[in-house]
Amino acid sequence: MQHTISVLVENHFGVLARVAGLFSARGFNIDSLAVGETQDPEVSRMTVIAKGDDRVVEQIMKQLNKLVDVIRVEDLTAKDMIARELVLIKVGANATNRNDIMHIINTFRAKIVDASSESLTIEVTGNEGKIDAMLELLRPFDLKEVVRTGQVAMARRGELKAPSKCGGKVAVSKKVTKSKRK
Amino acid sequence: MKLTGAEILIKCLEKEGVEHIFGLPGGVILPTYDVLYDSKIKLILTKHEQGATHMADGYTRATGRPGVCLVTSGPAATNTVTGLATAYMDSVPLVCITGQVTTNAIGSDAFQEVDIVGITRPVTKHNFLIKDVRDIARIVREAFYIATTGKPGPVLIDFPVDISRAKTEFVWPKDVFIRSYQPQVECPGVEEQILKAAGLIRGSKRPVLYVGGGAIISGAGKEIREFVEKTGIPITTTILGLGIFPETHESSLRMLGMHGTHFANYAVQNSDVLIGVGARFDDRVTGNVAKFAPHAKIIHIDIDPSSISKTVRANVPVVSDVKKAVAKLNGLISDKRPDMKEWLTQIAVWKQKHPMKYENVGQKIHPAYVIERIGELTKHQAIVVTGVGQHQMWTAQWYQFNRPRTMLTSGGLGTMGYGFPAAIGAQLGKPEETVVCIEGDGSFQMTMTELATAAYNKVPVKAFILDNGYYGMVRQWQQLFYKGRYSGSVIGPTNPDFVKLVGAYGILALKVRQKKDVIPAIKKALAHKGPVVVQCLVSREANVYPMVAAGNALDQIMDMA
Repeated sequence: MQHTISVLVENHFGVLARVAGLFSARGFNIDSLAVGETQDPEVSRMTVIAKGDDRVVEQIMKQLNKLVDVIRVEDLTAKDMIARELVLIKVGANATNRNDIMHIINTFRAKIVDASSESLTIEVTGNEGKIDAMLELLRPFDLKEVVRTGQVAMARRGELKAPSKCGGKVAVSKKVTKSKRK
Repeated sequence: MKLTGAEILIKCLEKEGVEHIFGLPGGVILPTYDVLYDSKIKLILTKHEQGATHMADGYTRATGRPGVCLVTSGPAATNTVTGLATAYMDSVPLVCITGQVTTNAIGSDAFQEVDIVGITRPVTKHNFLIKDVRDIARIVREAFYIATTGKPGPVLIDFPVDISRAKTEFVWPKDVFIRSYQPQVECPGVEEQILKAAGLIRGSKRPVLYVGGGAIISGAGKEIREFVEKTGIPITTTILGLGIFPETHESSLRMLGMHGTHFANYAVQNSDVLIGVGARFDDRVTGNVAKFAPHAKIIHIDIDPSSISKTVRANVPVVSDVKKAVAKLNGLISDKRPDMKEWLTQIAVWKQKHPMKYENVGQKIHPAYVIERIGELTKHQAIVVTGVGQHQMWTAQWYQFNRPRTMLTSGGLGTMGYGFPAAIGAQLGKPEETVVCIEGDGSFQMTMTELATAAYNKVPVKAFILDNGYYGMVRQWQQLFYKGRYSGSVIGPTNPDFVKLVGAYGILALKVRQKKDVIPAIKKALAHKGPVVVQCLVSREANVYPMVAAGNALDQIMDMA
């Protein structure tokens, strides 16, 4: 079964290598991996789409948690979540089929972001089902290039948050700055 | 006053209470070695970086305090990899500091540059590259904290040479807080799990306690003993768990697994409740996982959640420090011994029917005979360090361990050559104790270059080479599973004259050819003040039995004819 795992990590160099290395070393399969900064620039969020039975996913979660740079891990699969992926699609288009392609684009509420006499470049976002359906419909045309970001996801309710970087010692560090000012 | 990075690093190590550093210098670590020259920390100069890591490892396993290595970049750093992996597999907290080329040269394929942080990522608990002189104190503090807390493990710090020369104020961080690393001694909800475990134990008819190295790391010897004596539940240990409970005690089933006793393996296979404590259900312990302990409900106490249900699914997982959990369990099961009369009778029958024994080899010396005698003559109180192979298994089977931190061996990685350098480290950490190293002729030759380290530092390790002229365990498998075709395992013709070789280092060397000379040689070695190496010419084709062939269930046991 496919799982959507959200991982909050310290935005240190080498963290991606640690996470990717863990998956390869333990033989876990990654379907997609998307990484980016969160509202806190010191924290990055990785969304990992991985396949495995319950036991494999349980090990993935535990092993991720064990990495020192990993702050939080959550399996969003069973939760009410919002998952989206952005895809750029370059499809060959000419006067005879352009309208057919436009029709598909409109149906999926996708956008044309570039156009030339031979091709259209389409931007589409959505969940996996929508993306797959659209690609399926475009397949009979001349698909030149498809670039996918991999899914990003968040739970509808509740936030996956990193605790403060200095733990319970916030007050102490504030005092230090004050006394410095004096 | 501003200090250089190298000065800060050594000051940090002093603050951490480091007394010995194992390693050897080279290009980019020179500024640090220059500072070390004036430090009260003693440098144990090794002949090879692998030796340095095993020494630090032996030091740690014997004392419980983290050992430290300091080496240069490139080949020196890669030479530490085997030692780090060895420590990682057995949860040994080392701190290994490697030199690195200047920060602006990193990535340029500079002389003696290697991406050691990348290379060691899978074999360390964590590693660091220091990029700013102001981070040194914090990183060293965090490295020791990470290495020694939770499930312990080795940590590597990569230290670029320009950072070691840069200057800043030295500020020792008062405490450590890493938000992404919060090792829990006890998981929330642990009380309830322990309650469940106690209930299961109380209701059991055929319980077995199965204890691993985690119990030793956690210092749970007293608690385990109390548990066994209170409940009468028989106890078996893994190779790394040896010593947690006296093997001569009537409740001891000794070691289980591939070369475990019949009675330990039968007991586990027939148990109705198996209590795994600080152990990880390794394949050398379980045999065929699908057929492992088929009737047992499994309680698994471990500090590492990822060890639980990794290979064998636990019915009652208890994520906790072993010492704490077993103490709590002791509080819950007082005077409520499960009714196990029948079970103990059954075990007694197994013990009687299948006692530990070794082949009669006539006038030749059986390796197990030597180990038994070493056990007797050291009153089972020595710190014993082994290499890897047949001699390691015989040591596990025949020494009869009595107390924790006395069996030092590479259990997880199976690193040949671990024994001799690790024994040097153990002896330096425990100068008052007798340290015995038991090695094979194959394993010993992998790191015997450290004879120089033992000689120069007068480290009084008592080393015994059980010399059978083979990679003995390889030969055993070839005899049993490859039609006796000894491909690559015959090393007798390649071996040096060990007595001459050891003598060349100025170390006392003894050679034992006959059975009658074994006891006098052991006595002479133990009485000798300095290091000594005893070469024992043992029965060449003795096999380690009992044995469970890989892929078989634990009760499908091969024994000698």
